[in-house]
Amino acid sequence: MPDQHSAPHIQPGQPAPSSPSAQPVLRLERLVRTHGSGATEVHALRGIDLSVYPGELVAVMGPSGSGKSTLLTLAGGLDTPTSGHVIVEGTDITTASRRQLAALRRRSIGYVFQDYNLIPALTAAENVALPRELDGTSARKARVSALAALEEMGLAQLADRFPDEMSGGQQQRVAIARALVGDRRLVLADEPTGALDSETGESVLALLRSRCDAGAAGILVTHEPRFAAWADRVVFLRDGSVVDETLRSQADSLLSGQAAGR
Amino acid sequence: MSIRHGLLALLERGPRYGSQLRTEFESRTGSTWPLNVGQVYTTLARLERDGLVAPGGEDAAGHTLYAITDSGRSELHQWYERPVDRTNPPRDELSIKLAMAVGAPGVDIRAVIQSQRHATIKAMQDYTRLKAQALAAIESGKSRERDDVAWLLVLEQLIFQTEAEARWLDHSESRLVRLSLPADRRAEPEPTQAADTDAPAATAAPKPRALRTPRG
Repeated sequence: MPDQHSAPHIQPGQPAPSSPSAQPVLRLERLVRTHGSGATEVHALRGIDLSVYPGELVAVMGPSGSGKSTLLTLAGGLDTPTSGHVIVEGTDITTASRRQLAALRRRSIGYVFQDYNLIPALTAAENVALPRELDGTSARKARVSALAALEEMGLAQLADRFPDEMSGGQQQRVAIARALVGDRRLVLADEPTGALDSETGESVLALLRSRCDAGAAGILVTHEPRFAAWADRVVFLRDGSVVDETLRSQADSLLSGQAAGR
Repeated sequence: MSIRHGLLALLERGPRYGSQLRTEFESRTGSTWPLNVGQVYTTLARLERDGLVAPGGEDAAGHTLYAITDSGRSELHQWYERPVDRTNPPRDELSIKLAMAVGAPGVDIRAVIQSQRHATIKAMQDYTRLKAQALAAIESGKSRERDDVAWLLVLEQLIFQTEAEARWLDHSESRLVRLSLPADRRAEPEPTQAADTDAPAATAAPKPRALRTPRG
C-alpha cells in the first residue's frame, strides 16, 4: 500500500480508459479542506487530485470521517475548499462569482442524496423539470425535457406521480433523472442506496451505471462494496487522503485464470 | 463431490458423452470451475463403478453415451435435498494470513488489509461487469436462457462472497483501530524520529501515519 505521499493520484489530463481524448467533466486539484484551527483543527481533506471523465463512474470508499462526503460537497460547490481547485466543465468554481457558481450548479451538476430530496408537492415530471425552470427555461420546454429524461431512463410511467406515491427505489431513480436532465452530465451521489433494500439499491446503481455508459460522469460515495463494484474506478480515502484506487480490468480474461479458483 | 453430482444432474436430462458433459457443465457455471476431459472420464468411470451411471450405446458419431441409472437418480435427489456440509470449513488463506499478521514483526497489517481490499474490490468490479452483461443477455431474451440464468447465479455467489470478504476486511481494520493494535507499534521497538528515513527501503513496508481514531 502506498503511503499518502506516493498515492497514485489521477493526474489532471490523464486520459480515462474509455475516452482517451475527452476532457474531464470534473477535476479536483490539490484539494484541501480544514475545519477549525489550532488545537481543534480537523483536516477533512489533505490534498486530493482526482479527475472524472465523461462515461466514467468513480466510487469513493472509506471509513466514517475519511472525507468522502466533504469531497462530494466541495465537488458540487456546496462548500469552499481551504485551498486547491474544483474545475467543472472547464470552469474553476473556487474562483467563480456567486452568480457563476449558482448557474453552474443549475446547469452542470446534479446531486443524488440518500433521502431522495424530491419536492413532495411536485410530481416526478415537475421535480425533474425544476432545475431547468430555475435556469430560465420555459415551463413547457422544461416539461418536455423532463419527460424525455424520464422516458430515456425507463421511468415514463412515473411522470405524474407524487413522491409519496412512489417507492424509495422509484424516487431515487427519479432523483437521478433530475440530476441528469438537459445538458447536465455530472452526477454526485452521496450514499444513494443507503435507504434502500439490496435489490432496489441495485436497480438504482444499474441506472446510474447506464447513465455513465451513455456519457455522464459520476461520483458515487458509498460504504457498500457491492455497489462500489459497479464503478469503473474505486478510490479509497483515509483521513482525508487517497490511499489507493482500483481500475476496472478486462473482465473477459478474468475467469480463465486463477482468479476464479478461490 | 460437486463434479460427480454436477454430471449426474446433466445426465438426468438424457444420455450424453464425455466432452459434451464438460461443455454443458462449463456453460452452466460460466467456466468458473473449468473441467478437463480427463476429469470427466475419471468421474464417469467412478460413477459407473458405483452403479450410478451406465454406458448406453453410441451416438451417430461413435461417441460412447452414458445414461443415469435409478440409483444415480436417487443419489442426485438426495444431493439436492441435503445441505452442503459446513462442519469442516475450507482452509481460507486470507484468514490464515491475517491471523499470522497480528503482531508479526515488520508486518504492517493495515497494508496487508488494504492490498487485499484492493484485489477484492477489483474482483467485485469484474464480476459485477460480467453480471451486468449476463442480465442484459437475459433481458434481451437471447437463446440459452437457462445457461444465462445459471451463470448469473454463480456470478452473484462470487459477488456475495467477495463482498463478505471486503466487509470482513473493513471490520478487521476498524477492530484493530479500536483495539489500538497497529502491528508496527506493538511488534517493533519504539520508533525514533529518524526511523522512517533510515529504514532500508527494500525491506520496510511503507509506514502508515499514526493511526487516528475515525471520526463519527
